[in-house]
Amino acid sequence: MRLRYPTSVKIIQVPCTGRVDIIHLLKSFEDGADGVYVAGCEEGDCHFLTGNLKARKKVNYVKKVLESLGTEPDRVAMYNMSAAQGPRFAEIAREFTAKIKELGPSPFKGFAAKAA
Amino acid sequence: MIVAERKPIEEILDMVKDFKKILVVGCKGCVTVCNAGGTKEVGILASILRLARDKENNPLEVDELTLERQCDPEYIEQLDGKAGDYDGILSMACSIGPQYISSRFPKSLVYPTLNTNFLGGSLEHGVWAEFCQACGNCKIHLFGGLCPIARCSKSLLNGPCGGSSDGKCEISKDVDCVWHLIVEKLMEQGRMDMLTGVKPIKDWSTSRDGGPRKIIREDLKL
Repeated sequence: MRLRYPTSVKIIQVPCTGRVDIIHLLKSFEDGADGVYVAGCEEGDCHFLTGNLKARKKVNYVKKVLESLGTEPDRVAMYNMSAAQGPRFAEIAREFTAKIKELGPSPFKGFAAKAA
Repeated sequence: MIVAERKPIEEILDMVKDFKKILVVGCKGCVTVCNAGGTKEVGILASILRLARDKENNPLEVDELTLERQCDPEYIEQLDGKAGDYDGILSMACSIGPQYISSRFPKSLVYPTLNTNFLGGSLEHGVWAEFCQACGNCKIHLFGGLCPIARCSKSLLNGPCGGSSDGKCEISKDVDCVWHLIVEKLMEQGRMDMLTGVKPIKDWSTSRDGGPRKIIREDLKL
């Protein structure tokens, strides 16, 4: 569809957002990401039935972790969309990038990333 | 199994505040089953500690390792040659783990990251409840397969108290009155005669009330 979305968004493909685990979200911040979002199917439409529901719970867990670390919980987010909705994918990429730009760079200096 | 829960992050961060390099040791036993201290949880805790210290500009090096269990000395041996490399060792096992590690490595500073809560089992995914008090003299067969010592708030042996209401214990609507369940079960089985007669006073010396317990199996000793 040749839609544009910010180059700062790095995509990691998974067969279902149910594959995403808490550690993946935390490691992203360790490796220097300013924000992480999980884009899953519309609730009720998950091919594996509950993958996207489980992903949302894990995102909520990480939000609480970020809060307890004194950071903005909005740095991690869950979005739902149909795989056919190209424009919505681009819209969310733009929306989340704008939100993170507003929040500023990650307070985690990414020592792990630097050390690597 | 033993059911435990991770301590609040602030408490754990306080334990390691003066350290630069630590080891987080998990356990593949009970705490893996109750999602408190297995390999996954070790990874999560290690990540959270690194992030928290990154933020303070005071990096913490965190190594991760998970042992089969931490309640047999043979498994703790796997830390030989490694324990000395760390400012502190954080155990993610039940409280037995840090005690065993501390005993084998007396010079190491060992910390518990979990609060050991109770002996119990799962009710559904992510929910665990207390089922056993380790009283040392199991008699659940006299109560239709239910334990009034562990599951009755007052550990009553002869029937519900006056606080049993709508099948719930007076202490909380989330706690079933186990005596209500026992009576229902025995009525269903047609064995209400099990409850006639007064149960004798329980001998609590087999429980923790008799002091720290030990079992010696002469047939198994080498």
